[in-house]
Amino acid sequence: MPDYFRSNPVELRLMVVLLAMIVALSLGSEHFLTLSNLTSLLNNNAVNLIWAVGLLVVLIAGGIDISFAVAASVVQYLAVYCFEFLGGGNWAIGFLVCGSLGIALGLINALFIHQFRIISIVITIATFNAFFGLLMFFSKGRFIYNLPDWWVDRIFIFEHESNNGVWSELNLAVAVMVVCVIATWILIQHSNIGRQLYAFGDNPDGAARAGINIALMQAVAFGWMGLMAGIGGLMQVNIVKEVVPNALYGRELDVLAAVVLGGARLGGGKGSIFGCILGVMFVAITQNGLNLLGVSPFAFQMIIGAVILIAISTSNLSFDFKAIRRGKASA
Amino acid sequence: MKDRFVQLSSRLGHETLPLFAFMLLLILVFGLTTPRFLTAANLGSMAFQLPVLGLLTLAMLVPILSGGLNLAIIYTANISGLTLAWILISAGGVDAGIGAFALGSLAAIAVGALSGLVMGLVIAYIGAHPILVSLAMMIFLRGLGEFLTRGGDISGFPDYMNAIGHGSVLGIPVPLLIFVVVAISWHIMLKRTRHGFSVYMIGSNIHAAEYSGLPTRRTLAMIYLFSGVICAIAGILMAARFNSVRVGHGEALLLVTVLACFLGGIDPFGGFGRVLPVVIALLILQILSSGLNLVGANQHLSTAVWGLFLIAVMTVRWLTAKLFNKRR
Repeated sequence: MPDYFRSNPVELRLMVVLLAMIVALSLGSEHFLTLSNLTSLLNNNAVNLIWAVGLLVVLIAGGIDISFAVAASVVQYLAVYCFEFLGGGNWAIGFLVCGSLGIALGLINALFIHQFRIISIVITIATFNAFFGLLMFFSKGRFIYNLPDWWVDRIFIFEHESNNGVWSELNLAVAVMVVCVIATWILIQHSNIGRQLYAFGDNPDGAARAGINIALMQAVAFGWMGLMAGIGGLMQVNIVKEVVPNALYGRELDVLAAVVLGGARLGGGKGSIFGCILGVMFVAITQNGLNLLGVSPFAFQMIIGAVILIAISTSNLSFDFKAIRRGKASA
Repeated sequence: MKDRFVQLSSRLGHETLPLFAFMLLLILVFGLTTPRFLTAANLGSMAFQLPVLGLLTLAMLVPILSGGLNLAIIYTANISGLTLAWILISAGGVDAGIGAFALGSLAAIAVGALSGLVMGLVIAYIGAHPILVSLAMMIFLRGLGEFLTRGGDISGFPDYMNAIGHGSVLGIPVPLLIFVVVAISWHIMLKRTRHGFSVYMIGSNIHAAEYSGLPTRRTLAMIYLFSGVICAIAGILMAARFNSVRVGHGEALLLVTVLACFLGGIDPFGGFGRVLPVVIALLILQILSSGLNLVGANQHLSTAVWGLFLIAVMTVRWLTAKLFNKRR
């Protein structure tokens, strides 16, 4: 662990701040460290974290993806028709269909990025507009409530009634989130392809000369992002019980802010699962804490924005005084 | 003849002529398919619709040229609009005098400049990534606006605001005039001033610019400050056009402005690009959306077409670059 923090100072600082916040909140509010609050915190952020780990892989590979939240909405709509066609479907079919649709949408991005050498921010902004426009055009903005029972039925993986009768429970989305996080961790930390992703993200030309298959790297990064977008879309419907075409519009930038806050570098080659979790939890706990402290909900976003701004300002400050003396403060 | 063509092309920027040709083609196609396209009413409504997106795109343009991005433009415009609205309302709402409007506009521009300056300082002196800084600023300003307005809209402005949003001078819509003036001064700033030169150099290679003695930090701070000022002008114009201010007005334009910049041949990594092709790209987007609207499609289909169009343009650019390289 000390080695990990030495090479990932952003994660270390974020963790210290997060721990300080947790201590302060548990002293300031008696509800913070209750089981029901912690489980609802997990329930509410499961989908965000699924997307966050997907985006992390893209960022590590030196790309960026703006289109994933809209892609998740597209997957939801297409999935509704697929399930109808397949006569109802079930969870296994659900994961298969949403996962494949997500991967397909991700590979569209990868294809243009690799084949036509269009950088990822340009192509994903283009596909963002194309996906969203086509979705709104074909769905005519209609909500869908008539969904298969298996999809909208609540499944609890954990239930507990405390002495004062408060139920705390975890939904299926949390279990799926844990699986996604572990799978992504194995992919980027413990597989050959994952190590190649870091190398490719850090220095694409060098990686190409070292014999790394560039097309494969783009396909893995954006395919994985697509897979996570699709699965996140599937789980989001399970939570909200409806399919709304513009429900996820705008979520991409919030997730991006959380992931980058967690130490993933825009530009590639740096970022970790642990930092990604910290980034998402940091935003979630800030919001939860403000709620518990009785701050007006209208002020949440403002304070979160200010906190992120302060966090980046301090996390980019160099505390390495030797380096400053050598005149490299702007590193 | 050919030499003169090449000379013209290099003077205008090599993106300009193909985009211009495509624009003429689009006008021809829509002119032939719907008789209502080439009417004064349609051209007039296009001239009124374009400037808001145009100003916001200009606010996005210079940060991209410097190798960054300003994701806070929409909410900077909203907050500036709110400032103006607040001063007008406290000066009597519908009865507010022209002095209140002048004061409000100045305050709006000051607020826009301030939010830009804060971003610029963080980017320049702390070295944080512009995407992240402007994203945080965006979340902050959106929250601030929602906090102040409780999500509602503010309306009830004096009548003379109408003249700015809907009036014409010598047959030219006032919003278009504002846009043209800003676009020309933007062009002059980029091509004729020291600041503009620094912007290009920073976008090409910030370390080389630093070692060459350019004031990189001051320039970066100024880039975002100017961007904030343009956002404020867009915010004032939006208030005048919609006769109301709401946080979230124009939200959907954020990524369209980036799209317009890339379409206009701005290098996504910074350093290369001009104002003129971006203006033509904006005209193309407006023609596409108005034309499709007249043909019977809705705004969402235009959004999709904009996205697909950007993909097509980037693909064609790649193909031409490839053919060009092979020939050499």
